[in-house]
Formats: sequence, C-alpha cells, structure tokens
Amino acid sequence: MLKVKTPKKGRVKRELEKRAPKLVETGKKTLILQGTKTSNVLNSVLTDIYHLKRESALRFTRKNDNIRPFESRGETSLEFFSQKTDCSIFVYGSTSKKRPDNLVIGRTYDHHIYDLVEVGVENFKPIGSFKYDKKLSPQPGSKAFITFIGEGFEIVDKLKHLKEVLLDLLRGEVVENLNLAGIDRAYTCTAVSTNRVLFTHCALRLKKSGTIVPKMELVEVGPSMDLVMRRHRLPNEILRKEAMKTAKDQLKKKIKNVRDDAIEGTKGRIYIPDQKIGKVALPNKTKGLKRERREAKMKREKSERPAKKQKETSA
Amino acid sequence: MGTENELQVDLGHLLAFDPYHSFSPLPSSRDELVNECLRKGTELVQAIADRLFHLPSTEDINGPIVKLPPPTTKLPREKHLPKPKPPTKWEQFAKAKGIKKRKKDKIVWDEQTGAWKRRHGYDRVNDDEDVPIIEAKITDVPGEDPFAKRREEKKKRVEKQEKNRLSNLKQAAKVGALPSHVQLAATALPITGTQAVPEKVTKDELGNVAGLASTATASGGKFDKKLPGEKPAKKRGKHRKFLPVVEGSGIGGQEKEQTENVLRKIMSKNSHEMLNIDKAVSVYNVKKEKKRRNQQGQSSTSSKLKPDAKPMKRKNKPNEKPAKGGGSFKKGNSNRKYS
Repeated sequence: MLKVKTPKKGRVKRELEKRAPKLVETGKKTLILQGTKTSNVLNSVLTDIYHLKRESALRFTRKNDNIRPFESRGETSLEFFSQKTDCSIFVYGSTSKKRPDNLVIGRTYDHHIYDLVEVGVENFKPIGSFKYDKKLSPQPGSKAFITFIGEGFEIVDKLKHLKEVLLDLLRGEVVENLNLAGIDRAYTCTAVSTNRVLFTHCALRLKKSGTIVPKMELVEVGPSMDLVMRRHRLPNEILRKEAMKTAKDQLKKKIKNVRDDAIEGTKGRIYIPDQKIGKVALPNKTKGLKRERREAKMKREKSERPAKKQKETSA
Repeated sequence: MGTENELQVDLGHLLAFDPYHSFSPLPSSRDELVNECLRKGTELVQAIADRLFHLPSTEDINGPIVKLPPPTTKLPREKHLPKPKPPTKWEQFAKAKGIKKRKKDKIVWDEQTGAWKRRHGYDRVNDDEDVPIIEAKITDVPGEDPFAKRREEKKKRVEKQEKNRLSNLKQAAKVGALPSHVQLAATALPITGTQAVPEKVTKDELGNVAGLASTATASGGKFDKKLPGEKPAKKRGKHRKFLPVVEGSGIGGQEKEQTENVLRKIMSKNSHEMLNIDKAVSVYNVKKEKKRRNQQGQSSTSSKLKPDAKPMKRKNKPNEKPAKGGGSFKKGNSNRKYS
C-alpha cells in the first residue's frame, strides 16, 4: 500500500522545491571535505577554497573514513553527502606518502559521481600571505572573470578536463544580468607545462582609460598554487550525453498585461480599483466645522441640485 | 588585432581562453613566472572587459547593468531534466472525448442564502450547514435522514477523489515525474485476500503467510528450491484423502463406513425434526392399547383412544395457558413467549 507524504510545513516544501530538478539550472553548490589524513597546507587550501566560494559551498571539517573517490565502493559516502547536502561539486583533500597534498575535484550528476580530477598542490600561498589594499578585496559571491592561458589546455587531454572542472568550480552562480560596477575578481589558470597549472586569484582594479572600457589591472590577493595533474576519470559517454541535455526551446512565459508596441515600445496596463468617490472624506465635511453650519450647507446644496438638472435637460 | 581573434571569449561565463600561448623559454624564477602569468591574465581580462563594456546596458542606481549572452561553453547539468507529468486518468478521458476546460467564476449566486458566495471552500455555495430544508422525493426511503445522506455522499465523493489522486500519483511516480514535495511512502504489506491493511504485521502472521505462499504451488511446495536457512512451512494444510469406492475387503469398506458415519451424525443432530409426532403418538397409542387389550380382553378402540390422549395433554398443561396451548411442545419456547 502507498501513502502520500507531503511536508507539513511550507518551509520544508520550499526547500524540497529548491532541490527538485530544474529546467534551467542556476549554479552548483560545492562540498569541501577531507579524508582521515591531511597536511597543514591542505587544510589551508581547503579553507581558502571555501572562503572563495563562501556563498555556495559547504565545508565539512570532520575526518571522513572510507572516501576513496577513484576506487569502487569508495564513492558511496560521497554520493550520500551529495544527496544530503544537495551539492554537485566536491573538493576532497587527503594526503598520503604516495600522493602528498592531494586534492580531488569531482562533479556529480543526479547525485552520482560524474567525473573526477586529481591534482597535487604545490607552492601554495594562502590568502593571508598577500599584502594589498583591502579596499580592493573582492566581495563574496561576486561574479568572477576566468582566464585560461596556455596551449596545454587545448592539447593535453588531462588539462582539458581540468579546465572544464575548474570552470565549473569557479564560475559561481549563473546570472543573466550583470552589474558592471560589481566586477571585482578574476581567476587565472596558466598551463605551465603538460601537467602543471598555476592558479591564482586576483582582485580587479578598474582604471580610467578615456574610453568606455576601463583599463583592467590585476592585483594578486591569493590563494595561489600550482596544481599538478595526477589521475583523472572522464565521464561515461552515455552519462555525458545525458548530462549535457538542455531545455532547447523553452517557451517564453507570457507576461500578463504587458505588450510590445512597435512605435511606443513596451506598454503596460495596470489595474486601478474603483475610486469610491461617495465614501471619500470631503474637506468641507471636516470635524472642525460646526454641525449647524455643515447641515445648512448640505441643505443648500440639496436645494441647488434639482435646479442644475433642469438646466441640463433644457439644454 | 591578430592576437584577439585567436582568443576564445565566452561572455556568458566571463571566460577567456588563449589556446596558443606557450612559454618559449620557461621563466627561471617563480616570481618571473607569476608576473608573466599576471601580465597575460590582464590581457585576457581586458579582452573580456572590452566586449562586456560594449554590451548594451541599462542604468541602475547601483551601476550599469548588462544582459549577458547565454554561455557557449557547455557544462554538464547537476540533475536530470524535469520529466513531464503524465496526464491523469481524467485528462486522458477528456482528451479522448474532446472535453475542454471551461473557466468557472469563483463566485456564484447562492439561492439558499440569497448572496454571492465562493464556489469552493469555506462558506461556499450550497453548504451543508446552510441547507435548512430538503424537499422530500418519491424515491426517498422512509426512516432515512436526508441530511446524513447528503453528508455521507459528500464524504464518499471526497474519498473517491483521494483514491483517484493516489492512483494518478502512482502513475507519475513510475515515470519519475512526481511533484517535488510529494513522496509516496509504502505502508505495511497487505496480505492477499484481506481487505483491511494490518497496522503492523506480527512475526506469527508473517510466518503463516510465508507458509501459505510456500505451499501455493501445484505440488504443494514439494519440489520448490529451498533457500539457505529457510525453515519448513509452519502451517501445512490438511489434504483430503479419497478412499476407494469399490467395495472389497479391508480398505473398501471404509468409504461406506465413513459416509454412514457422516449420515448418522447428521441424522442424530436433526432427529427431532425428522420425527413425525402424529405418527409417533398413534404408534405409541396403538402399542399401549394392544397391551391393555391383552390384559383386559375386548373393548372399542375409539372410546379407548380418548382417555389415552388426555394424559399427554395434562403433561404440558402446567406451563401452558389454555387459550394458546396446543402447538408447542417445547417448554423453553413457550416460557419465553409470555415472560
């Protein structure tokens, strides 16, 4: 037997609706977590990444047993976390003798592992180590410029994959409209060699240039690190096709009471409720006036009215 | 500019990619390398900004706002595309019949109260509470409360709709198109044949059901594969045994005996009904008279019968009233009638 279960509270219902599959997705949440063993470097890498993505990220600070993303059965708890937290990108840090300062960045599709990229962190410089004008520091959640430099990203398969994953991680919320006054950060990723990428986070300083376009200047604000490619796992071809589907021709929702006019442009119609003129307090009926005078006035008006009507009829 | 054309710029993601840059001699020191990267990065950022600031913008209090073009770099979805909801049973029917939805007014004139009222919900038109009198019809069954009937019917309709809704939801769940806030949760499994759903199935009941299920084959579960650790069925059904009908020695006689036993049992149980009392009485009387005749010698049968019938009547007299006494022979029955 089946029973219909619906949330008792509106808040829960809204939360569930937020998590439901959408026609047009607005952005992915990131889950940042670590394994049983981490180094100091890795800890600060993870906190810095969390700091960058504060608006749309979740940081798990406890040690996590039995997460081994590349091994079979090692992804179960990751997938569980993804389900639980509704995050579809995860950054998993762990360190071992074989793979020191290891960072696994992965994406999920329908709460199942979609693809994985493993990088080692080297030459890490945390946010705190950079000295710069604090006025420039980027606002949390602002839309970032992303730049990829180097032929490695085009030629080497591994780096090509890394580029896609990094883009997904860094792009932030998908927006339609952008406030030009709000752009204040840029990520640059440079392929130094075939398996090494230099990653830095910069603030933007907009300078006057005499034209509409301001002159851009990058100020490094950190973190900055070298990402050394290790293992990676590309998505299953069938899964990839499935995941790349988009709502092709979504019908534009009709906006009520708005029409486009060729000459006059967009025209709107608004509804104004009936003005109940009879009930409006008239100035000559104010309390301040004495009753006798008011009544006398009303009487006078009454006597005048029929005369007016007669006039109209005769005319 | 030649270099700018080589750049790949995706304004939707604010992304720029220079696929042709390579460090011909890799800078020796780290600082140099970083500076080189930043210089190149600035170039790319400038390239994005060039396009971005040339987009048509609308002025806002907080700054100029531009509409970004859709991103060209395809990224995988986070979740599958929402699946379309399958049509409900009614929608299918309406489509087949060509029934179209018509808009109804939210507010309807209520004749009972003489006011405009909502069609549905609280304080609606034709509300049960507002109907003071229901006119009698020829078809009405006397003794039935028409108000209760009305309420009952309404309840039934609601229940039916709830059932329909559930079945439609089940259909939607099959294709994975349930509304996001609805969950279909399984309750206890019903045992086939029982109408009511048991609240909680006990261990014993489960055992019984498992036993029934395991023997529900043509061979009574004899040739079924047993699962490891499966215990023999708890309740084995009794099977009928058919004895040979042909008479002979030994087993042949048992069939007849069995049926006779059954017959005797039935006869003994219903013997009081099978007894023809009139006949029994006359037989009894005849016997008695014969006895007397043997003792006394000769007398007329008719005169001797009458006094003989009297003692029987007298037997029942103390419990019966003269007006009604006659038919009943049962003591208890007659007592119940008059108490």
